[in-house]
Amino acid sequence: MTEWLSPEEWTAIRLSLKVALVAMAASLIPGIAAAYALERGRFWGRQALDVFVHLPLVLPPVVVGYALLISFGRRGPIGAFLAENFGIVFSFHWTGAALACAIMGFPLLVRAIRLSLETVDRKLEDAAGTLGAHPVWVFCVVTLPLILPGIIAGMVLSFAKAMGEFGATITFVSNIPGETQTIPTAIYTYTQVPGGEGGALRLTLVSVAISIAALWISEWMARRVRRRFLA
Amino acid sequence: MAHVSIRDVRKAFGTVSIIKGVDVDIQDGEFVILVGPSGCGKSTLLRMIAGLEDISSGDIRIGPRIVNDVPPKDRDIAMVFQSYALYPHMTVAENMAFSLKLKGVPKPEQKKRVTEAASSLGLTPLLDRYPRQLSGGQRQRVAMGRAIVRDPQVFLFDEPLSNLDAKLRVQMRAEIKELHQRLKTTTIYVTHDQIEAMTMADKIVVMHDGIVEQVGAPLELYDRPANRFVAGFIGSPAMNFIEGRLGPDGLGLPSGAVLPLDMKSQAEAGSEITYGIRPEHLQIAPAGTPGSIPATISVIEPTGSDTTLIVKAEGGNLTVVLRERCALKPGEAVALKPVPRQAHLFDAQGKRIATA
Repeated sequence: MTEWLSPEEWTAIRLSLKVALVAMAASLIPGIAAAYALERGRFWGRQALDVFVHLPLVLPPVVVGYALLISFGRRGPIGAFLAENFGIVFSFHWTGAALACAIMGFPLLVRAIRLSLETVDRKLEDAAGTLGAHPVWVFCVVTLPLILPGIIAGMVLSFAKAMGEFGATITFVSNIPGETQTIPTAIYTYTQVPGGEGGALRLTLVSVAISIAALWISEWMARRVRRRFLA
Repeated sequence: MAHVSIRDVRKAFGTVSIIKGVDVDIQDGEFVILVGPSGCGKSTLLRMIAGLEDISSGDIRIGPRIVNDVPPKDRDIAMVFQSYALYPHMTVAENMAFSLKLKGVPKPEQKKRVTEAASSLGLTPLLDRYPRQLSGGQRQRVAMGRAIVRDPQVFLFDEPLSNLDAKLRVQMRAEIKELHQRLKTTTIYVTHDQIEAMTMADKIVVMHDGIVEQVGAPLELYDRPANRFVAGFIGSPAMNFIEGRLGPDGLGLPSGAVLPLDMKSQAEAGSEITYGIRPEHLQIAPAGTPGSIPATISVIEPTGSDTTLIVKAEGGNLTVVLRERCALKPGEAVALKPVPRQAHLFDAQGKRIATA
């Protein structure tokens, strides 16, 4: 295995997987909360939240990356605050790549969960209320299991987006081998140097394999959930 | 079990008024049906009693306490929905034990109560199945079982039989009535089907356009409808209405015939009134019989037990139901003779004005 991939390539693959998994996991709970708020909430500023959540989908990735750089960078207001008080550093660090990927994938995650929330029969939640259930309990025991297929779909989209994220990542955290160089930025680097075609091609194949595996796993999980929970 | 009282309850969505001041008293253990055409506000009122819908003004009491601001979970009710609202990811037993699990009832006690309810509803062999593996009637029974297991103060039913076929509906109607006779829990039941209301209720609340038109026992509504709406809504086939003018010898009909009235009415001579007569209170007489309504047979519908005639008379269609079979033919001219003391008179506003 190791012979046909160079150590640099392995590093990029490992880092990509780490960044994508962390981005996906970290955005899951905020994603469910945002989807629930947007679908069910009746509050002032809902429209604004909707626009804000969807911005990364329509903005050029470089713009998102630059916005992250000036707000979460070492000298940015949020970045400086987090670094001084909690020691959390995003800029030119793999956590910054994860943050950029999480934000770019967030609208896709929220949309998938929101779509499945739309299809939940509100009477099921009403019935739980009349049977004595607290709204939080209703959400955990009734709503959550029913939207699980949507959550899985959203997680896959978020993971896939993170695996492919380029513009925001390279703008925010640059392209440092071993620290912030993910598969896409590594491929880009290989195409810029003479004799790099082999590395680019190998990483492309790995990328395709990971994507197919992710799709297959999600399909398998969704089928299991549907068989277990739904008609 | 509890007494439920609804006092001047109103509901508006923005500027649209859905419930325009409803007062209803439901006695402990009573089976009350809210009935009315779609859009009359009956389901909204039920959801307000359940706490699923806020009330704009007025008071709802369950037992001694006002529940206006009490969340559904604390109202001690159980609601059965038209769509059954069973949890697709839970088995029949899990669905039925839902409320017990919430209350923290110990497992053996849960199992005991679910088993009891299941056996009384004939669900014992289905306890391990999922709702998707059940027929409509079975799902409805599970939904009822889930409500029974909760042992609430009040049962709320929202059109529970509307998704079932006609035969099953009749069967479930009897089962629900039998259930109520056994448990004697206060029950509020919403339907648009007046036959369901007539056959099941201790007391019917007829609603129309956000107000209560009349409250009473089924036969009371049938025999003495308070207004033209209730008269036309309760009873199948529906009551016949003929517009006429009150004269010295009786009611002047559009055809020029005069129908003698055998009842006291407060209406003044010369006023326009509506004459209402139920299909079974019209008899067929030979054409030209004095004091009758001239008519032409249009359609004959034999059902076996009785015969429904649609006749053309007084510029419209009237319905006649005969208990015996008849040898009439379409196109035949006849006279319709009202059974004495069975007519209903309504004034121009639709209010009942005569007492038989």
